[in-house]
Amino acid sequence: MRYSALRILREGLTGNKGWKSVWREPEPKAEYDIVIVGGGGHGLATAYYLAKEFGHKNIAVLEKGWLGSGNIGRNTTIIRSNYMLPGNEPFYEMSLKLWEGLEQDFNYNAMVSQRSILNLYHSDAQRDAFVRRANAMMLAGADAEIADADQLRAELPFLDFDNARFPIKGGLFQRRGGTVRHDAVAWGYARGADARGVDIIQNCEVTGFDIENGRCTGVQTSRGAIRAKKVAVCVAGSSGRVMEKAGMRLPIESHVLQAFVTEGLKPVIPGVITFGAGHFYVSQSDKGGLVFGGDIDGYNSYAQRGNLPVVEDVAEGGMAIMPMIGRARLLRSWGGIMDMSMDGSPFIDKTHIEGLYFNGGWCYGGFKATPASGFCYAHLLAKGEPHPVATQMRLDRFMTGNLIDEKGVGNQPNLH
Amino acid sequence: MSQTHRIGDGQVDRSREISFRFNDRWMKGHPGDTLASALLANGKKLVGRSFKYHRPRGVFTCGSEEPNALVQLRTGAHQEPNTRATTVELFEGLSATSQNHRGSLEWDLMAVTDLMSPFLSAGFYYKTFMWPRAFWEKLYEPVIRSSAGLGRLSMQEDPDHYDKGFLHCDLLVIGAGPSGLMAALVAARSGARVILADEDFAPGGRLNAETLELGGMAGADWAARVVAELADMPNVRVMPRTTVYGAYDHGVYGALERCTDHLAESGGKPRQILWRIYSKRAVLAAGATERPIAFGNNDRPGVMMAGAVRAYVNRFGVTPGHHVAVFTNNDDGWRTAKDLAGKGVEVVAVIDSRDKPAVCEVPGARHVRGAAVMDTVGRKGVKAITLTDGQVIPVDCLAVSGGWNPNVHLTCHQRGRPEWRDDLQAFVPGGALPPGMAVAGAANGQMTLAAALAEGQAQAKAQLEALGHTVANVDVPEAEDEPREAAAFWHVKESKKRAWVDQQNDVTVKDVKLANREGFRSVELLKRYTTLGMATDQGKTSNIAGLAILAEEAGKTIPEVGTTIFRPPYTPVPMGALAGRARGKDFRPYRLTPSHNWAEENGATFVEVGNWLRAQWFARDGEKGWRDSVDREVEMTRNSVGICDVTTLGKIDIQGKDAAEFLNKVYCNGFATLAVGKVRYGLMLREDGIAYDDGTTARMGENHFVMTTTTANAVVVFRRLEFARQCLWPNLDVHLISTTDGWAQFAVAGPNSRKLLQKVVDKEHDLSNEAFPFMACGEVTVCGGMPARLFRISFSGELAYEIAVPARYGNSMMDVLMEAGREFDAVPYGTEALGVMRIEKGHAAGNELNGQTTAHNLGMGRMVSQKKECIGNVLSQRPEMLREDAVKLMGLKPVNPAEPLIAGMHFINRNASANMDNDQGWMTSVAYSPSLGHSIGLGFIKSGDTRKGEILRAVSPVHGREVLVEVVSAHFIDPEGERLRA
Amino acid sequence: MIINHPLLGPRDAAEFVYLGDASLIDRPDWEAEDAAAQFHAYGYLRDNPAGAHQELWYHEQGDRSWLVVTRDTTTHEITQVELARDVARARGRDR
Repeated sequence: MRYSALRILREGLTGNKGWKSVWREPEPKAEYDIVIVGGGGHGLATAYYLAKEFGHKNIAVLEKGWLGSGNIGRNTTIIRSNYMLPGNEPFYEMSLKLWEGLEQDFNYNAMVSQRSILNLYHSDAQRDAFVRRANAMMLAGADAEIADADQLRAELPFLDFDNARFPIKGGLFQRRGGTVRHDAVAWGYARGADARGVDIIQNCEVTGFDIENGRCTGVQTSRGAIRAKKVAVCVAGSSGRVMEKAGMRLPIESHVLQAFVTEGLKPVIPGVITFGAGHFYVSQSDKGGLVFGGDIDGYNSYAQRGNLPVVEDVAEGGMAIMPMIGRARLLRSWGGIMDMSMDGSPFIDKTHIEGLYFNGGWCYGGFKATPASGFCYAHLLAKGEPHPVATQMRLDRFMTGNLIDEKGVGNQPNLH
Repeated sequence: MSQTHRIGDGQVDRSREISFRFNDRWMKGHPGDTLASALLANGKKLVGRSFKYHRPRGVFTCGSEEPNALVQLRTGAHQEPNTRATTVELFEGLSATSQNHRGSLEWDLMAVTDLMSPFLSAGFYYKTFMWPRAFWEKLYEPVIRSSAGLGRLSMQEDPDHYDKGFLHCDLLVIGAGPSGLMAALVAARSGARVILADEDFAPGGRLNAETLELGGMAGADWAARVVAELADMPNVRVMPRTTVYGAYDHGVYGALERCTDHLAESGGKPRQILWRIYSKRAVLAAGATERPIAFGNNDRPGVMMAGAVRAYVNRFGVTPGHHVAVFTNNDDGWRTAKDLAGKGVEVVAVIDSRDKPAVCEVPGARHVRGAAVMDTVGRKGVKAITLTDGQVIPVDCLAVSGGWNPNVHLTCHQRGRPEWRDDLQAFVPGGALPPGMAVAGAANGQMTLAAALAEGQAQAKAQLEALGHTVANVDVPEAEDEPREAAAFWHVKESKKRAWVDQQNDVTVKDVKLANREGFRSVELLKRYTTLGMATDQGKTSNIAGLAILAEEAGKTIPEVGTTIFRPPYTPVPMGALAGRARGKDFRPYRLTPSHNWAEENGATFVEVGNWLRAQWFARDGEKGWRDSVDREVEMTRNSVGICDVTTLGKIDIQGKDAAEFLNKVYCNGFATLAVGKVRYGLMLREDGIAYDDGTTARMGENHFVMTTTTANAVVVFRRLEFARQCLWPNLDVHLISTTDGWAQFAVAGPNSRKLLQKVVDKEHDLSNEAFPFMACGEVTVCGGMPARLFRISFSGELAYEIAVPARYGNSMMDVLMEAGREFDAVPYGTEALGVMRIEKGHAAGNELNGQTTAHNLGMGRMVSQKKECIGNVLSQRPEMLREDAVKLMGLKPVNPAEPLIAGMHFINRNASANMDNDQGWMTSVAYSPSLGHSIGLGFIKSGDTRKGEILRAVSPVHGREVLVEVVSAHFIDPEGERLRA
Repeated sequence: MIINHPLLGPRDAAEFVYLGDASLIDRPDWEAEDAAAQFHAYGYLRDNPAGAHQELWYHEQGDRSWLVVTRDTTTHEITQVELARDVARARGRDR
C-alpha cells in the first residue's frame, strides 16, 4: 500500500478502515539464503538494501523481541557526518546522503529533519581540532561551518555567553545534520523489506550457530533451526553475548548510555547543540520534548538503566550552556546498551568462520549510521567484499594497527 | 463569581482567604487548597487544551497523575510550564495561565484540528508530508513544531537556585498513606533510622481523601497524629513535599524535595533540593492510581475520576459539580456516590457496568445496573450523559471509576516486571524488585484499609528483622475491609464517538485498534506508534486501558500482551534541580595557580585550561591587542628573561628502591641509567603504542625521582602509574605521591635567567654552567634558607630553569623573582607566549600529542626501546603504525611571509585537487613568530621527514583560504640547541 | 552504586574511576615469541560477559587503591571486592 496525502484523505473519509498491516508476521522457513540476526535499524536496513539494491529476496530477519526494540528504539535521534578521520568520514557522509533521500525511497515519513548540528568549542585547542575536522569534512564532500562566538550569540542568544565557567568561543556547524524520528526508521525499513519479500520474524531468539568445519550453515532459534547460506549478525549491545555462541571474543565491551527527554515545550532550540566542556547534547523533538544525553555510565553493563551520577552530570552540562532550561522538567530516562569498541569505531566484516558476518561496535553512534551500515553490510554480503567507504571497518585492524580512533583515547571503550 | 462549589471545610482553613489569578481572572481560595481545588471551588471547569486536537479539558484527577489540568505557573523568568494544577499548593498572589491554545482558552483557534481528526489518526504523519522533499523542513515541520509542545519556557535564566544533599537511613518509607505510616511507625518505635517521604504537602495519602475511620477516629486525624509522633522522634525524618522519583542501584534512591514552591517567594532559600538517599532497606507504599473507562467524549471538562471527586469533596470541601453521576465497574466507585450524598451533593445516578445490586445506599440516586455511559454532551463542560440504554441524564459532573492500579513504578526501575492479578484486574509488583525493597498496601495490591495497615506493619517488621533490629510491637488500629470487587471493563463498545484512552496525547480507542490492525501489536510498538502513555503523566491513567483494548483486539489476555515498564523519574524533575549548584561559574571548581593573586594584580588576562585558570598574557598600557602583549613577552624573554608560572604541570614524587626500574617500565625510553642530579625527557606510551604524555623526570636521589607531566594529563598519568604499580608490577618497592598542588613552579627563561636566579638562590649553590649544566637538577635554598628545587630544563629553547618552592610561598616567589629581574627588564609571560615559544622550538604539545599519534609520527620513533619491558613498546610495532608513508611532524612556513597560517589546515600536493583522497596531513599548531617575523606552523605530513623544502598547498575550505607553505624543520629557533646549553 | 572498599568500607561508586576487565592485570610477557598476538588479545579482546564480571576500579577520590570488583553486569550486584594488588600477586605477577 502506497502512502500519500491522498490515501490519508480517502481513508479518513471512509473511517480509516482500509489501513493494512504494515508487515506480515510470517512463520520462519527452514532455509534462507541470508539470515540476518537482529531486527533493529541496522538489520532491517541491511535486509531492505539487500532486497532493493542487490536483488536478494530469500532473506529472514530474526528479532529476539519486537522489531526495532534495540537501540533504534532508544537513542537521541541525531544524524550527522561531522567526523574527522578518513576511515570514517566518507562512510558517514554516505549515510547522511542516504538519509536525505530515505523517505522518498521507502515511502515512509521518518521526519528526517536537517535543522543543523552545532558542536561548541571552549578553547583554542578545541577550535584547532574542529577546524581540522571541518576541513576534513569538506574535503570529503560534506558541509561544515566554523562560527565564532559573535555569530553564535546572534543565532542562539539563549546560550550562556556571559556567565559561563567555560566560555563559548565558537562552534562547528553542520547544517545538514539534524534529527530523525527514530522508530519510524525501523518501521520504514521493515515495511520496505517486507514488501520485497523479506521475512521479518519477531520473538525469535538465536540460541546458537551451526558451525561445521569452520563454516556457518545456519542458526538455532527459539522457534527452531533455520539453515542459511550466510548468517549476518548485527545485534549492537548484544554483540558479545551472541558472538560468544560462535566462540568469538570481540574487541567490544557493552556499556549503558542513558538518554532523557523533558516534558513537551513550545519551540526552544532549533537544531542539535553539543557542549564542548562537559557531557551534554540536546535537540528538540517535533513533539516538543528536549531530547538529551551525555556520557555513558562508564562501567560494563547489560542492564538497560543507569545511575544518578551521570543523570546529574548531564543536567549540569545542560544548565551550563543554557540556564533557561532550569524549569523544564526531565520526564523520562532510558538506557541503551552500547557496543563500545576498542577504538570507538565500528566493524562491518566477515569473521574467520566462513559464512558468518559481523556488524557491530557502533558505540553510541549507531543511529546516524543506520542507512550506510545497512547498505555497506548488504554490499559485503552480496558481493563478498567491503563497500569502498567501509574498507577500514575490519575486525583485524587492531592486529595491524590501522586504528580509527576519532577521540584519541586508545583501547579503553568507556572513554570513546 | 465566588466559590460557588465550596461546600464545606474539609482540611482547608476557611478562616483565611488566598487570592490567586487564573488567566485574567482573580479568584479566592484557602490555605490547604491546591490550585485545582481552588479552581473547582470557583466553578472553573475549562482549564486547558489537549495536545493534538486542542480539546477543552478540565481537572481530571487530584494528584500527580493529572493529564489535563496543566498550567503555566508564575510569570517572567519564574514561569514554569506544564505544571499540574492538582499538585500546586495555593499561595497568595499565585498566577497561572492556561497553555497550548492560540487565541483565548475559551476560543482556541487550533481547535480546528479536532474537526480534521478523521485525517489525523494514529501515525498519520508517517504516511504523508513527504512531497516535495524540501517542504518538510520549510513548511510542514515548522507548522507541526509550533503547534506541538505544551507550555513555554521563559527563555530566561532560571532565577531560583537549587541544592543537593545526601541522606542515610535504615528504612526509607516511600508514601505516607496508611501502610506507609504504619511501616514508618513500626520502624521508628523500633529505634531504626527512618525517612518517610511523601509527595503531598499533607501526609496521609488517601486517608485525607476518605471518610474511613481508624481506631475510632477519622482517618485524616489518625494520620496527623502518627505524623506528629514521628516528627518528634530524633531517629525519624518526615519529608512531605518530597517525591522519591527513582530507585537506583544498591539501595540508592533519588528524591526531590520542594522547599519553596508553595510560597510566593523563595526568600533566598533553595527552591528545591535533590536528595540522594542511601537506604539499607525500603518500603514502597506508593498507593494506587484510579483509572478511567473509555467512552464517547469522555474527555469533557466535568468528567473526572471518581476517587478524585470524593477527594475534592472530603479533603477540600469542594464539589466539582452540583448534579453528579457516578459511572463505575467496581465497588469503590460507590464510595464516591455515598460520600457526596453524605455531604449534601445531589447524586443523580450511579451507573454500574455490572448487573449487581447496589453496593451501598445512596440517597436520591438512581441505580442503573449493567449499563454504561456511551456519550457526553457539552462543549466546554459536560451537560448531560447518554447511557447505553438510551437514557440521557443531565449532569454537570461525571465521576468515573475503572478500578485502581497499584503504583508499581519504582518496583520496575531495575528489573521488576509487574504481574497481572485477575482478581484485581491490575498489575502488581513482580519479578525481581530492587534489592532491599518491599512493597506494602495498595501499591502491592492490598486494596482495603485494614489490609494495607496490616501489610505496612508486616513489611516494616520483616525489613527490620533482616537488618537485625528488635522490632517494637505496634498494634494495627482497627479499620474496615471496605468492599472492593471489580469487573474487567475497559471501554464502552457501544460508543460510536471517539473515546479517549490517553487524554493528554489524544489517543483514542480507535487509534489503539488501528495500531493493532497495522501490526503494531507489541505494547512497546503500540506506545511508540500512537504515543499512548508518553505525555507528561507518563500514562499513569491511560496505560492499562490501552493495553486492555490492545489485548481485546488481538484476542489475547492482558498478561499475554504484557506491560510497558516504568523508568525514572516517577514524576518529572526540573533540570535546575538535577544540576543543583553546578551552573554558571560554579559549573566546575576553579583551580588557581599559586601566583594567581600576583597575576591578577599585574593585569593578567586569564584563560581556562582544564579546571585551571592560567595567565594568558599580561597586557601593558598602550598595547592595542593581545598580539602586542604576546609578541613583547616572547621578545623580552628571548632577549633577556621571562617568568611563567608552570605549576599546572603535573608533578609526581616517585620514591623507593625500585623507582628507577619502575620509570624504565612506564617510559618508552630508558631511565635506569639516569644519574642523580640529572633530568631526562621522557615519552610515555599507552599500552596500544600511541604517544600518551611527555615531560621531564629528575633524579633527586638514588631512590627519589620527580616526574612532570603535561597539565592536561596530570590526573590520568598518575592514575596509570598507580595501575602499573599496583596491578602490573605489584612487587616493586616504589611509592607515588601527587605533588602538583604542593609545589609552586616557575619557568625562568632567557639569556639572563641564570643571572636572575643567582640573585635569588642562596650563594652556596653554584649555578654556573659547569656546576649546573643543561638538564641538571638539585635541591637548593632560596631567599636565605627556604627549600626549593631547581631544574635546568627549557620549553622555550632558551637558557632556562624551573624553580619550585612550597606552594604557599608561590605568590611571594613571583614577587621575589620579578624584583630580582627588575634590572634585566624581566617580564612575566603567559600561556600564549609559552605556546609561541614552544612552536618556534618545535616542541610537541596537546595539539600534537592528541592521542592519535605515535612516536614514529612525532619523529621520536627511535626513543621507543625494544630492549626492555615497557608499556606500549610491543603494540607500537604493529605494521600499519610503522609505515614509511606515515605522517611526520614537521615545520611549515608560508611561502609569502605576509600570509597567516591557520591551525587545522590540510595539506594538498601542489598540483593536486583538494579532496580527501589527496589529503597529505594537517596543520596542528600555528603562531606568529615575533622572532622570525612571520607565521609559522607545525603539522603532520605524509612522509614529511623526506619532504623538506617541498611546497604544498595548505587549504582551509571552511575559511575559503589557501596558503602555499614550505616544509621545514620543526625547530625554527636554535636548531642546534646552543642557547639551551649556554 | 556502592562499592564496599576492603579498607574503607562502603563508598559511593562516584568516588571511583572505572577501567575495565580485570584481565588487564594479566599483562603478557613482552619477550614471548607470540608477544604481538598476546598483546593484541590482552589489549583488545574482551569476554564482555552478561553476568559476573571481574573489573578494575580506582579509588581516585579516596585512597588511590585499585580494586578488583566482581559485579554482575545484568543486575549490577557486587559480590566481591578485593585490593587489585593482592589479586595481582595471587595471579603470580612476579615483579
